[in-house]
Amino acid sequence: MKSSLHALSAHELRAAVVDGETSAREIVEAALARIGALNPRLGAFTDVTAERALAKADEIDARRARGETLGPLAGAPFAVKNLFDVAGLPTRAGSKINRERAPARRDATLIARLEAADAILVGALNMGEYAYDFTGENAHDGPSRNPHDLDHMTGGSSGGSGAAVAGGLVPIALGSDTNGSIRVPSSLCGVFGLKPTYGRLSRARSFPFVASLDHLGPFARSVRDLAASYDAMQGADADDPAQAQRPTGPVASTLEDGLGGLRIARLGGYFARGGDPSAFEAVDRVARALKADRTVAFPEAERARASAYLITMVEGAALHADRLRERALDYDPDVRDRLIAGAMLPGAWVVKAQKLRRWVRDRVGEIFRDVDVVLAPATPTRAPRIGQRTFTLDGQEMLVRPNLGLFTQPISFIGLPVCAVPLWTEGERLPIGVQVIAAPWREDLVLRVARALEREGVASAPIGAAV
Amino acid sequence: MTEFDADALIDATLPLLGLTLPEGSRPVVKLHLETAERLARLVLEFPLDDESEPAPVFAP
Repeated sequence: MKSSLHALSAHELRAAVVDGETSAREIVEAALARIGALNPRLGAFTDVTAERALAKADEIDARRARGETLGPLAGAPFAVKNLFDVAGLPTRAGSKINRERAPARRDATLIARLEAADAILVGALNMGEYAYDFTGENAHDGPSRNPHDLDHMTGGSSGGSGAAVAGGLVPIALGSDTNGSIRVPSSLCGVFGLKPTYGRLSRARSFPFVASLDHLGPFARSVRDLAASYDAMQGADADDPAQAQRPTGPVASTLEDGLGGLRIARLGGYFARGGDPSAFEAVDRVARALKADRTVAFPEAERARASAYLITMVEGAALHADRLRERALDYDPDVRDRLIAGAMLPGAWVVKAQKLRRWVRDRVGEIFRDVDVVLAPATPTRAPRIGQRTFTLDGQEMLVRPNLGLFTQPISFIGLPVCAVPLWTEGERLPIGVQVIAAPWREDLVLRVARALEREGVASAPIGAAV
Repeated sequence: MTEFDADALIDATLPLLGLTLPEGSRPVVKLHLETAERLARLVLEFPLDDESEPAPVFAP
């Protein structure tokens, strides 16, 4: 069994531990060996917490030996984007500067919650510097590489999270998503990714980027694992002042409910142009499978994206103001020069953008009176090559770095929950994703639809052939 | 709006911000400012009432 443990989902691993077919220690040892063997090529991990992981595994095995009931993620290894605090490590957030910080004294809330469900942290993951990135490249740690073709990007900024899950190094990883940083790597690496509603999951003890727009969420190769990890992470946390005061909304019990009664449409206009044909073909296939023949308009999507772009520039620059003065040469120049420009923008621009955010939220709320779920492309193309600076979309040459998030940015601008689902085309090595989007707080619906697509074989997340 | 002059904005704000531009950065910062200004036009030209509220989360 040991040789194939990496291919099992978290729920299969739990069953194997509970039934005594394997032990948590055996699972962790296998995961550490696979990380050691493959990470030099993938660039997914920046830190491996082997000692801690083995100690947690032994604790789980001892509890099983005593006949105790194990948590819902028992024995499942997981890893986190390196902007999450991990006790004992400096939280580098993809930067050179932050690795001089004192080691974190406590784990981020979401790590503590996954470990309370008996998942096992095995390390921290590569990311674009300070999360201002859609490529997964990192000037200090090297790029994370796409497990389906190592010459191609993972997408970012949670690039290591995409690579670790698609490479079969862990069944579950955590990332952050301000403008698309979970959904872009999910699309390019071919895994399932959940960006919950803004304010749903605690961000406590993670390094921020844009407080108005930052979200945290999970990646997995199965929707069931995505749902189980999401359920384990929910719950109020006084340490995140932006968390909504709402009851939790568990999703596991409705995951297999299928499509019955759901009204599903695709987004037109902005979301039906400006991408490679492969992006729209993927939406076509999902829409056909879901019998979604309606198209609805997302009001002022281009202005929504513009607003998110400006808020990001200004809030990001404000966060980094002191470091830009004192340590400019220690930044990745691609990140630094965007931050410097952000520091120069008029305050009135970002206030207007925040007003537009409320306006768009209200209008999009009207769409969800008539439909339950809407579909949009996740990225405008499959994974570009590592180092590629520009691509051509609809005949127009554009920069890759800011534009991989064209279709994700308007959705997170108003905080809607999204599951990115991966699609494959015969003859193509690289996947591309579709966003399954619902009204605020309806993560249950996006995961239900994602699960139906997985069950029908429309969406799937195989381990990358290039590893 | 009058024609946007990114160089003038850079020269006016650098001392206020206490920043110096690293070598080679000026053309890149200019490009980012020009992108931001083009996007800001989309945002600023959209009519909203004086009474419209911004959206940040704040719970007193």
